[in-house]
Amino acid sequence: MDFFKRHFLFSLIVVVGLMLIAYIGVKVHLQFVFGVVIPYLAVLIFFEGLIFRLISWARSPVPFRIPTTAGQNRTLPWIKRDLGDKLDNPDTFWGLVGRMALEVLTFRSLFRNTRTELRKGEEKPEDGRLIYWSYKWLWLGAIAFHYAFLMVILRHLRFFTEPAPHFVNLLAETDGFVQFFVPTVYMTGVILVVALTYLLLRRIYTPTLRYISLAADYFPLLLIIAIGLTGIFMRYFYKVDVAGVKQLAVGLATLKPVVPEGIGALFYVHLFLVCVLFAYFPFSKLMHMPGVFMSPSRNMVANNRWELHVNPWNYPVKFHTYMDQENTYRKAMIEVGLPVEKEQ
Amino acid sequence: MATPKPEELIQVNYRPPEKGWMDTKPPFRPGTYCNAAAPKWMEMIDYPYPRQWSVAEEDWKLPENWKEIILQGMEDRLSRFRSLKVFFDICVRCGACADKCHFFLGTGDPKNMPVLRAELMRSVYRRYFKTAGKVLGELAGARDLTEDVLKEWFFYLHQCTICRRCSLFCPYGIDMAEMTLLGRELLASVGLNIDWALASVAQCYDKGSHIGATPQAFKDMIDFLAEENERITGINCPVSINRKGAEILFIVPSGDYFADPGTFNMMGYILLFQYLGLDYTLSTYAAEGGNFGWFVSHEMGKRLNSKMYEEAKRLKVKWILGGECGHMWRVCNQYMPTWNGPADFLEEPVSPITGTKFENAAVHKMVHISEFTADLFKHGKLKVDPSRNAHIKLTFHDSCNTARGMGIFEEPRYIINQVLPEGHFFEMPSNTIREKTFCCGSSSGINANENMEIRMQGGFPRANAVKYVADKHGVNHMGCICALDRATLPTLMQYWVPEMEITGITELVANALVFDDELERTTDLRDRDLVGFEGAGEGEEEE
Repeated sequence: MDFFKRHFLFSLIVVVGLMLIAYIGVKVHLQFVFGVVIPYLAVLIFFEGLIFRLISWARSPVPFRIPTTAGQNRTLPWIKRDLGDKLDNPDTFWGLVGRMALEVLTFRSLFRNTRTELRKGEEKPEDGRLIYWSYKWLWLGAIAFHYAFLMVILRHLRFFTEPAPHFVNLLAETDGFVQFFVPTVYMTGVILVVALTYLLLRRIYTPTLRYISLAADYFPLLLIIAIGLTGIFMRYFYKVDVAGVKQLAVGLATLKPVVPEGIGALFYVHLFLVCVLFAYFPFSKLMHMPGVFMSPSRNMVANNRWELHVNPWNYPVKFHTYMDQENTYRKAMIEVGLPVEKEQ
Repeated sequence: MATPKPEELIQVNYRPPEKGWMDTKPPFRPGTYCNAAAPKWMEMIDYPYPRQWSVAEEDWKLPENWKEIILQGMEDRLSRFRSLKVFFDICVRCGACADKCHFFLGTGDPKNMPVLRAELMRSVYRRYFKTAGKVLGELAGARDLTEDVLKEWFFYLHQCTICRRCSLFCPYGIDMAEMTLLGRELLASVGLNIDWALASVAQCYDKGSHIGATPQAFKDMIDFLAEENERITGINCPVSINRKGAEILFIVPSGDYFADPGTFNMMGYILLFQYLGLDYTLSTYAAEGGNFGWFVSHEMGKRLNSKMYEEAKRLKVKWILGGECGHMWRVCNQYMPTWNGPADFLEEPVSPITGTKFENAAVHKMVHISEFTADLFKHGKLKVDPSRNAHIKLTFHDSCNTARGMGIFEEPRYIINQVLPEGHFFEMPSNTIREKTFCCGSSSGINANENMEIRMQGGFPRANAVKYVADKHGVNHMGCICALDRATLPTLMQYWVPEMEITGITELVANALVFDDELERTTDLRDRDLVGFEGAGEGEEEE
């Protein structure tokens, strides 16, 4: 089996296996384990892991101020710096806030993405040309997925709260404004799965991407697709007892867990996969979410020349001094008329 | 080993091989790698494990406990550099960086996709520092650290020129340059260095510049260039060296006084300062702006950089002016004050000609020549005749380090527009300039002769964009503010875009500069006839 198959199939088998585990668990009446114990455990692991990882990152200092500068820096007052320069090469704290906000909320760097094509020379091979196409599909897929996921998560708050906060209801209403099916179809759920499918397919069908992709790349995609699909199936096709679900969720949220009878097995499969996602998060590449805030090439103000950055472990180094040089070449230096510190 | 011809090298295949990347070994062919560093250089700078070894041979004569050294070194760096930890942990392998790297575009080798180049190191990190990697091995993207892996690092970490183009496109700003630099430190810790880089470092350390010129030779070269100026312009321009009490210490990359076309730029600086009557001095000690040490380690970078502030202090100057150099400015901008500052013994730079305070250099106390010159033009302090550059059709190459490690884009363009006739300046395609600029392909210590094939491949995207403006607009010169560019681009151009000349920006300024008492100028600083004086130069020579 080749590299791709090993990594892809491993992820697929793990996701299917996880679903089976939850399904069998419910069939042997482990509702309490899958409905209460594992969710609490997952949340615990999520927060502990997250804090552990953030502390581990924070413990390593940032010895140098190394922002990647992507616009004109601050120099002479009359050199024009437009808003783009101020955000892409921030020289103030607020410029930095703007840069980070753009990065986190709009995926600014990914928006730059291009695709390069080497076009063959028509007459002579050496006339070949590199052409750079603007390529926003990855950006679109990524931003669609992330925002859809965020909306889906926020919408789920209505299960945990009684009554649901106003904004959650509003969200749900907006989300379902295109009415063509009963119950109302939430667009974000559809977008979530479509975007994820695109991200998965590009990984599989772009040769270079397939070459670099690991199980750690397929697994989260497949896992979240499975979460999305089980959710969609539950809502539209194999309906589960929503009142029971709400009872369970409110119980979990208020630390008074109850396990109502008669919620379908599909729900437990869905919930278990979500728990796995939570527990997996801090130990995986999904940490890019908090990580982007700690990336020194993005989160620093480009003000090195007027504000000193201190390296906590800066240590003295051995260097060749001027006197070392003069001592070696004094005679010759005097001969050619170079000034010296000591005549001999 | 002859380098393949352009029509062969351009046949790049971007399709990765069938075999997985953990199972392929680096193709060490002559032309693709740099030679091992000679022990004498290593001894000069107290580098560990100096020995004779050869890249081409199977046995690299590693110290017995090399694996331990590397892993300890990795642990140590993870604890000192948050960048390394975060960059190792958060990559999602989205592939946005893949076709942004000039080495990938030039070679098609998948391990030159920054994401995979990083994975070469990351896989070892996972194996020894991550539970999943320890347990799951390959399935978690982890692999044992073997000699083959180390050789792979050596091969690919010297096919990265620390240009940071990948970090621009990365949604999390993951910077291969940072990992390459730390990876090279690890290689050096077991005695794996490349000769070109280490020879330069040792020469800079011991003598003062990468060419290893002695103080007397340095003076000789500067005097020669000053005489050349006098021959061409009739202006006598004495240059003071190691003079205490000068207002300004001027530091240039040594490429500017060592070889064409950098020397023409040096002549340009000297003429410009003579025109201004600037109170400046050069130094035989801080004779190298380019910091070759930073190509091999943070510590070596600091050791070489120490000379700048030390010399400024000894000579009791007020501030430092820096010449046109790429990575010199990334280092001076992002590292120097942190390494060797604060430079309290210097004053906040003020232009003695215009009175402009360079507030942006308040702590750092060093001004870029392009800032300095742009300010002069803005205040109308320079009388120029752009028609003296009429034989030049120019495009401008943003050097990666001043672009993505500083952000100096407007000043050189402003100057260019002052000294070139209108309609003589053409930009290359927008995806290849400014912050998206492409590296010359030979920076960061790899501009040796033995690896010419890889250099020409790495420089291909840059050259291809130059070819475009040459074909379309008849561009015949490429300007730049980087000495490594001036050293490496002529070779690259000769290969991909013959007839393209490389020029510094101050050279263009000096060509156009009108002195009151000068000889009638019939040639530029390169002794090439000016437009309207074709053939005049030859006649003079016959006399």
